Amino acid sequence: MNSGKRVPRTAGTIMVAVLVAAFLLSSGPVVPLHAQAPLKVAAVFETPIEEPWVNQIHVALLRAKKEMGIQYDWSESVKSADFARVMREYAEKGYQLITGDAFGAERIARRVAADYPKIAFVFGSGIGPAEPNFGVFDNWIHEPAFLSGMIAGKMTKSNTIGVVAAMPIPEVNRLANAFYAGAKETNPKVKCKFSFIGSFFDPPKAKEAALAQIESGVDVIYAERFGVIEAAKEKGILAMSNMSDQSALGPDTVITGPVWDMWPTVKYMVSLVKAGVFTAQDFGGFSFMSKGGSYLAPYNKFDAKLPADVKDLVAKRQQEILAGNFRVDIDESIPKSQ
Amino acid sequence: MNEILSQVFQVGFFAAVIRIATPLVFGTLGELFAERAGVLNLGIEGIMMLAAMAGFSTAFFTGSLWLGVLAAVLTGVMAGALMGLLTVSLGLSQHVSGIGLTLLCSGLSFFFYRLIFGQPSSLPKISSFEPLALPGLADIPVLGPILFNQFALVYLAMAIVPAAAFVLYQTPWGLNLRAVGENPHAAYSAGVSVTAMRYQALLVSGALMGLAGAFLCMAQYNAYTFGVISGRGWVCIALIVFGQWNPWKSAAGSILFACIDALQLRLQASSAVHLPYQVFLMLPFVLTIVGMALVSRNALAPAALLKPFRKEAR
Repeated sequence: MNSGKRVPRTAGTIMVAVLVAAFLLSSGPVVPLHAQAPLKVAAVFETPIEEPWVNQIHVALLRAKKEMGIQYDWSESVKSADFARVMREYAEKGYQLITGDAFGAERIARRVAADYPKIAFVFGSGIGPAEPNFGVFDNWIHEPAFLSGMIAGKMTKSNTIGVVAAMPIPEVNRLANAFYAGAKETNPKVKCKFSFIGSFFDPPKAKEAALAQIESGVDVIYAERFGVIEAAKEKGILAMSNMSDQSALGPDTVITGPVWDMWPTVKYMVSLVKAGVFTAQDFGGFSFMSKGGSYLAPYNKFDAKLPADVKDLVAKRQQEILAGNFRVDIDESIPKSQ
Repeated sequence: MNEILSQVFQVGFFAAVIRIATPLVFGTLGELFAERAGVLNLGIEGIMMLAAMAGFSTAFFTGSLWLGVLAAVLTGVMAGALMGLLTVSLGLSQHVSGIGLTLLCSGLSFFFYRLIFGQPSSLPKISSFEPLALPGLADIPVLGPILFNQFALVYLAMAIVPAAAFVLYQTPWGLNLRAVGENPHAAYSAGVSVTAMRYQALLVSGALMGLAGAFLCMAQYNAYTFGVISGRGWVCIALIVFGQWNPWKSAAGSILFACIDALQLRLQASSAVHLPYQVFLMLPFVLTIVGMALVSRNALAPAALLKPFRKEAR
């Protein structure tokens, strides 16, 4: 009986609902419902996430997932041949920010990014950003590397220090050169040896390279790669870690070392995309000490072992760097053993 | 120049040579057994990787390094059996099967590592083998610290070279193995099971490759990482040709390679020679190729290498 009345009423309700829905959808971000969907962020890495460089990016993104409520998905060990495909898959699935380490696949990443101008791309790169949507970052941790060098210069007894690194690429060279420059500042007589193992992941070889340096008199060694701290520990010399606080690998061996913290970079780029104001830019500055993107690892056990004058010297220089009164020179030339 | 000489003529250099050579000796002898039976085992790189992962994980969870070594050997044996299934039973192309096995094993090692350890924020570590000074022998001047203050697995490698030579040239099993690698039809007429011999050779081959992987992750280093093998398996393939399919010469080739590798690491750290670092890293490979070109002129590969055996075929 009442059905005759009810039907048009239902139809009316549906129409209103459709109109409201259409309005909600068309009005986009202003509507709270839509804004609550988490920002979808994807990372594409060329190496396994254990690679120290990549790991720092990954850790920062995990933190963003926890603290900024983003949805974070990632692919590791994506070789150059697959890089474009994986990037495109994320882009097609509606990810709004795609990041990663691109060095080997940089041209590919840039080409794919150009096809999706509405999506933000931010990749590790030694060169510049590209309009409208390709931002870059890099590990600008030469400042804490310099501070580590200052300590090494003071702590060496043989006046011979060493660096064992992956390959002489700008990212590595500037750390090695800053380390040596720091050491020369506190100890003008110090000599530095540099070895490259030609690979990012070959700890047995890195260990042999470190042992070779130790035999030639090196007594403080900068462990740019895995495997070096183990050699230092075995031979009872001192070491500086790299990228993260690796004191746990040898509490009596690792004094400190530069730490790269990607959090300020990730936080900034995610908030830009969230706010809808992302532009292609160089995020490298967010890895400098003043922005909290890099720092000297805590001394841990060496807090009690380091002479007070060394700690004071480093603290003073650190203050000057943070205050902008001291600039660590960026020297990306290939270092030579002395 | 004096700096380099003083660096080379010291105990540390020769001890490094022995350490670098050890995984190569295991891998080379493993490959040698397979090739002398007529099977080119290009699975070597992957087998070493998977065995290294299996050995490391076992040592990590059981706390026993020797159980880890055993696990690495068994993993190698299983991979060898798979190679046998593909190339001996099914008679497939040895090149394709071997490369396929390397891809499969390296993929599996990655897969299982993630399954077992997840995404650790720092590398899981074990306390690796400590150098073991042999009582009496380690006190010999010069030679002692070089040869007899090494990891237990190094002594195993030193023992395996003469053992392999003895087994290959002085035992009926070795004769049969070489026979199926040279002329499987003749061996078959003489009552030797070609299939069984080739399988056995591949199992031994896998076991030795497993030892190579175990050494890298459990003695030379104390963790498993993805690049831990870094092409050492491929070097072994070249060293076989260099060593003319002979265990003594192949081991000598491994030591020569290790010598040049240890030397280039010392040259990099010296102030006397400044060459682009690529030149240094290239040295062991270039010299192996040059050596191979000179030495392998009169080298004859096992005649039946790469040829699957079908008893009804001629």
